[in-house]
Amino acid sequence: MQIAIASGKGGTGKTTLAVNLAVLLSEKFSGTGQKVLLADLDVEEPNSGLFLKGDLIEEQVNYRMVPDWKEDKCTLCKRCANVCEFNALAFLGISVMIFPELCHSCYACSDLCPEDALPMEKRRMGVTRRYRLNESLEFMESRIDIGVEQATPLIEQTRKYIKENYDDQWMVLLDSPPGTSCPVMEAVKDADLVLLITEPTPFGFHDLKLAMDTMGELGKKYAVVINKYGIGNDEVLHYCEQKQIPVIGKLPHLTEAAVLYSKGKNMVDTLPAIRNEIEKIYSGILKLTEDRA
Amino acid sequence: MKEIVVLSGKGGAGKTSITAAFAALGAKDLVLADCDVDAADMHLLTAPEIQVEEDFYSGKVYEVKTDGCVHCFKCMKVCHFDAVSHIDGEFVIDPMECEGCGYCYQVCPTRTIEMHPRLAGKFYVSNTRFGNTLVHARLGIAADNSGKLVTKVREEAKKMALEQQKKYVLVDASPGIGCPVVASLTGAHFVVMVTEPTVSGLHDLSRVYELIRKLKLKSGCIINKADINPEMAGQIKQFLEENDVPLLAELPYDVRFTEAISQAKTIVEYDQGALREKLVKAWEEVRELTDK
Repeated sequence: MQIAIASGKGGTGKTTLAVNLAVLLSEKFSGTGQKVLLADLDVEEPNSGLFLKGDLIEEQVNYRMVPDWKEDKCTLCKRCANVCEFNALAFLGISVMIFPELCHSCYACSDLCPEDALPMEKRRMGVTRRYRLNESLEFMESRIDIGVEQATPLIEQTRKYIKENYDDQWMVLLDSPPGTSCPVMEAVKDADLVLLITEPTPFGFHDLKLAMDTMGELGKKYAVVINKYGIGNDEVLHYCEQKQIPVIGKLPHLTEAAVLYSKGKNMVDTLPAIRNEIEKIYSGILKLTEDRA
Repeated sequence: MKEIVVLSGKGGAGKTSITAAFAALGAKDLVLADCDVDAADMHLLTAPEIQVEEDFYSGKVYEVKTDGCVHCFKCMKVCHFDAVSHIDGEFVIDPMECEGCGYCYQVCPTRTIEMHPRLAGKFYVSNTRFGNTLVHARLGIAADNSGKLVTKVREEAKKMALEQQKKYVLVDASPGIGCPVVASLTGAHFVVMVTEPTVSGLHDLSRVYELIRKLKLKSGCIINKADINPEMAGQIKQFLEENDVPLLAELPYDVRFTEAISQAKTIVEYDQGALREKLVKAWEEVRELTDK
């Protein structure tokens, strides 16, 4: 089963929820044969790893395919630049310049080149690392290289890697990137359920509605978790009640929680109020996904 | 006219609250640009009256017509994004999967694939309750090219600032370090980094700073929620000193930030005490460093 944790924007508590849920589940699963994987798909800013320290068990460099210009074969017919919709190729006098950061790896220029002068070649995009914390908990993250502009291809590769390497024995938690555009959509593609985390403030409410629209558009089943419950107002709660959207947890607003977060520590071990809510969230997940089993 | 960009490595550090405070303080001297097009929140604090609303098109969408299609399957075979499927004898292009590369369009032997511009979002110019102009946008769901929309927002804001003879464009950048952030930063005169003293805060700050250094931009830093972890705040200060980045302000963790947001006010309107004072000082310093 895959559960994605997403939010309209950053700072609402995705990582907090992902990490604490992962820790709690790994404790619960211990000895049962069931296991949990937390995968950080926020490839621009993977932060979950700051909270989960384990032994590195695999490291893999990720590549994507980008055309490489072969001067000796090129007849400067400009077919490549004409077919590229992303301006990733430019003619400068008698040479072709390639802008890999603009390339979407569609292969059109390469395949349609009459002279085979643009073979697709590997270009480094980032790194995926996998860590083992204990017999029932693994963590993985992908990290985009600085200067690489597109996050989506790396998320796609990571998503496929998870699909191929983790079977039904694993409960997979996906810490998604913030926002409502391509990277998030790529991250939640395989999820059976998306948890949208929000804060009870006008900012939180506004971004939650955007995130709900996105999930609706994708046809994804989702539930809401309210973080920092107790600050702000009850707008989010009322809205969800009205629209019959399940709110499966309310993590209380505690200054101790902010302090623990700042130190890179989890909360389920020391804050019973948070642990309780995380337990409720797990029950909520099971309830909402039971028709799937 | 100079451009000041406020950014943070990650969301939730308080970037919008701080930008809005600066916007309130410097209102008469600036045009405000909300480049956080994914989750633009500035309008919640500035109550804009929309003056201009435009559709923003970027990229293309493709559609297979039924008439003339000879079912050669070429479109489906060449697509590297699995966007073309054959359902009930017809070819369907899924707009969510389609990258708009047009490879299918190029290889269709009968020219039965149609090309349309893709509606990527909305773009607005508004008057705020501070009496100045806000340029903002909303990216459509699943739309790519947020970088282009960011560029459009910035360019329009600069144009407005020149027309209105304002001193500054104040940009609320998008989070992260990816394509929209690079689009928010290129050519800026001063960058305000907003961070918080958490393990992720320092980590994200150093990544963002690496980008700022690469682009050779002047910058300063505000540590928000500085008292939740004094030790980490100390590490951040050390990082700033080592890199000669001025510390513009240290703000405490204070529920009044949230209370202000809940009342749709900026913190400098809601608080008349120490918080306001710190932000007034920070804004003065930002102006000084930008003008230098």
